Amino acid sequence: MQRRDRQLGALYALPLGVFLALAFLAPILLVAAFSTMPAKVFSLANLPDFSAYYTVLTQGYWKSVMWSLGMALAATAILFVICWPLAYGMAKVFGRFSLVLTIGVVMTLFVSENIRLFGWVLTLMKGGLIEGYVRHWTGAGFDGLLYNVPIIVFGLCYVYLPFMLFPLAQGIAMVPDDARQAAYDLGATRWQILREIELPLAMPGILVGSLLTFVLAAGAIAETKLLGGQAVIVIAEEVETAFTYGQNWPLGAALAMVLIAIVGGIAIWGIGKADLDRMMGRR
Amino acid sequence: MSDMPILRINALTKRFDDFTALHGINLNVRDGEFLAIVGPSGSGKTTLIRLLVGMDEPTDGSIWLRDRRIDEVPANKRPTCMVFQSLALFPHRSVGQNIEFPLKLRKVPAAKRKARALELLELLRLPAHYYDKRIDECSGGERQRVALARALAFDPEILFFDEPLSALDYRLRKTLEKELKDLHQRTGKTFIYITHSLEEAMVMSDRIAIMKAGHFEQIAPAEEIYARPVSRFVAEFMGEVNLFDMTGGAVPGLRFGPEATALYGGQSGALMVRPESLSVLAPGQGAEIAFDGVIEAEYLLGSRVQYTVARDGAAPVIVEVLRENAVSGGPGTPVTLGCPASACHLIAQEVQDAAA
Repeated sequence: MQRRDRQLGALYALPLGVFLALAFLAPILLVAAFSTMPAKVFSLANLPDFSAYYTVLTQGYWKSVMWSLGMALAATAILFVICWPLAYGMAKVFGRFSLVLTIGVVMTLFVSENIRLFGWVLTLMKGGLIEGYVRHWTGAGFDGLLYNVPIIVFGLCYVYLPFMLFPLAQGIAMVPDDARQAAYDLGATRWQILREIELPLAMPGILVGSLLTFVLAAGAIAETKLLGGQAVIVIAEEVETAFTYGQNWPLGAALAMVLIAIVGGIAIWGIGKADLDRMMGRR
Repeated sequence: MSDMPILRINALTKRFDDFTALHGINLNVRDGEFLAIVGPSGSGKTTLIRLLVGMDEPTDGSIWLRDRRIDEVPANKRPTCMVFQSLALFPHRSVGQNIEFPLKLRKVPAAKRKARALELLELLRLPAHYYDKRIDECSGGERQRVALARALAFDPEILFFDEPLSALDYRLRKTLEKELKDLHQRTGKTFIYITHSLEEAMVMSDRIAIMKAGHFEQIAPAEEIYARPVSRFVAEFMGEVNLFDMTGGAVPGLRFGPEATALYGGQSGALMVRPESLSVLAPGQGAEIAFDGVIEAEYLLGSRVQYTVARDGAAPVIVEVLRENAVSGGPGTPVTLGCPASACHLIAQEVQDAAA
C-alpha cells in the first residue's frame, strides 16, 4: 500500500518534473554549455575553452556585478526597514484593513513593471510632474531627479516591495502573541522584545522576503535603464548587451553563469536556514 | 509575616464599551499566601489578572503592592510576573535560555545566569542536562516546570497563574497541583492562582475567592467555603449539593428533631445538605433531619455510590454513601434519608445582587 502511494506520488509529480526540466533546467544547461565556447561562436559544436570566463575576469565586469549586488543589497535593507512596521500592522493590528492593503499592493502587479517605471520617469524627469510644477510656481527649475544611483535603488524598492512585504507579514504572523506578552511581563522593553522574540521568531519570513527581493533586484535591468540612464551599468544589462549588440553569446553566457552562481549560492544558503515547513504551518 | 498586605485591591472597576467586567472589587492578599481566584468563564477573573499583571488598565480604583501604587505601572516595570495558560515559552530558545531570559534582560553575567538556571532546574526536579534541551523536546509536565522556573528566575514579589494546568490530562494535573503547593511552601512566595476548577483551588490554596459576574461572592479558606457558603451560587459552585427552600423554620416533607428545630426555628432561606452528609436510615432509626423518597437512579463512583432520590412534589435529592453502605434493591426502592443537624447549613435569604 505504502509503496503504491509512493509510486502514485512520483506519477503525479511527473508532469511538473518534465515541465521544470524543459523550461527551467534545459535553458540553464544550454547557457552553461555556451559559456564554455570560444568567443563569438553561435554553435555548441566547438571545442570548449574558458576564454569567456577569462574575459569576464579581466575586462572589469566585476564592477557591474558589484553595482548589481550592492544596489540589490541596499534595496533589500531599505525594504526590510520600510516593510517591517507595515507587515507588523498587517499581521497583528489592521485586521480587515490588511485585506484592502493586500489588494492594493497586489493590484500594482497587474500593470507591467516597465509602464509603472515610465510613470516615475514622467514624474521625476526635467519638465516632468514635479520639476515642472516647481518651475511653474517658483520660476526656478532644477535638473530633474533621474539618472543617479539613489533613484535606481528607489525604483528597485518600489518594484519589489510586495516580495518583501508579504513573506514578512507571514513571518510576523508566526510570532505568538503570548510569547511577546510573556517577555513584556518578564521585564523586556519594546526594543528587547523586538530583538529577543520578534526578529528570531519571524526569521523564516525575513529570510524568504529578503531572498526574493535580493535575487530579483540583483537580476533587475529596467530600473537601471529607465530611471538610471547611463549612471551605472548593471550585470543584467551587460548580459543583454553581450547577447545582442555584442553578438558574443559565450561572453553573455559566462556573465549569466557568474550571476546565477552568486545569486543561486546565496539563495540555497538562505533557504537552508529558513524553515519553510514551519512557515507554511505544517509543523 | 507583616501586617501590611502584600497586595491590596481597592474598589477596582473595569468597564469595556458597554460591559462592566469588574464592579469595584476589594481584596487583600497576605504576604506568602496561596490565594485561588475561582469563577466560571465570564466571571471577570481573566480581566482581573490582566489588571493585576499590568496588561490592561483599570477604569477606576487602585492596586497597591505593599505601599506602592502599581495600577499605572506597565507590566515590564512591575515586580510581579505570570505563568500563562499557554505557558508562553519561547520556542526558539533552549530550556536553559528560557529560564535565564529575565536574568539576561537584567544583564546578569552568563556564568551567574547559568548557575541560577541549574539551581531552578533542581528546585523543579528537572535533570541538569535539560538545560540544553529544546522546548519542543519537553513533555507537557516538563514544560510546565520550565515555565515555573522561568517565572521564579524573575524573582517576583507575587507570582500569578492563569490556569496553567487546564490543558493537561487528569493525572498529570493532580501531580502538578501537589508539586505547586509544595513549591509554594518551599519558596515562601505569594501565589495568586486563577482557575475555573474548584477542585484545583481546594487542593492547593490557603484561601479561595469565588468570583461571579465581576465581584467576589465569598473569600475564605476552602473548608469554610465548602461548609458554610454565603450564597446558593457558591454552594452550587462548590460541587453537588441539595438545597431545600425553608420558610419560617419549616421545609415541606422534612421532619425536624428538637435540635434542628432549636437551630432553625422561624428562619427562612436555603437549607444546604451535601450529598455525603446524608445517610440511608435503617427501619426504626431516627435522625435530627429526616425525609422519605424513592430511589430513582444509581451511579457507581468507585469507592462511593451515588443515588438520585425522588420525593413527592419536590426536586430530587442526591445522596452519596460508601460502597459498603449501598442500598440493596436499586431503583424503585423506597428509602428514608437523614442527617444530623450540624451537617446542614442555612443560607439566609439572599439579598438581591445589586449588579443583577
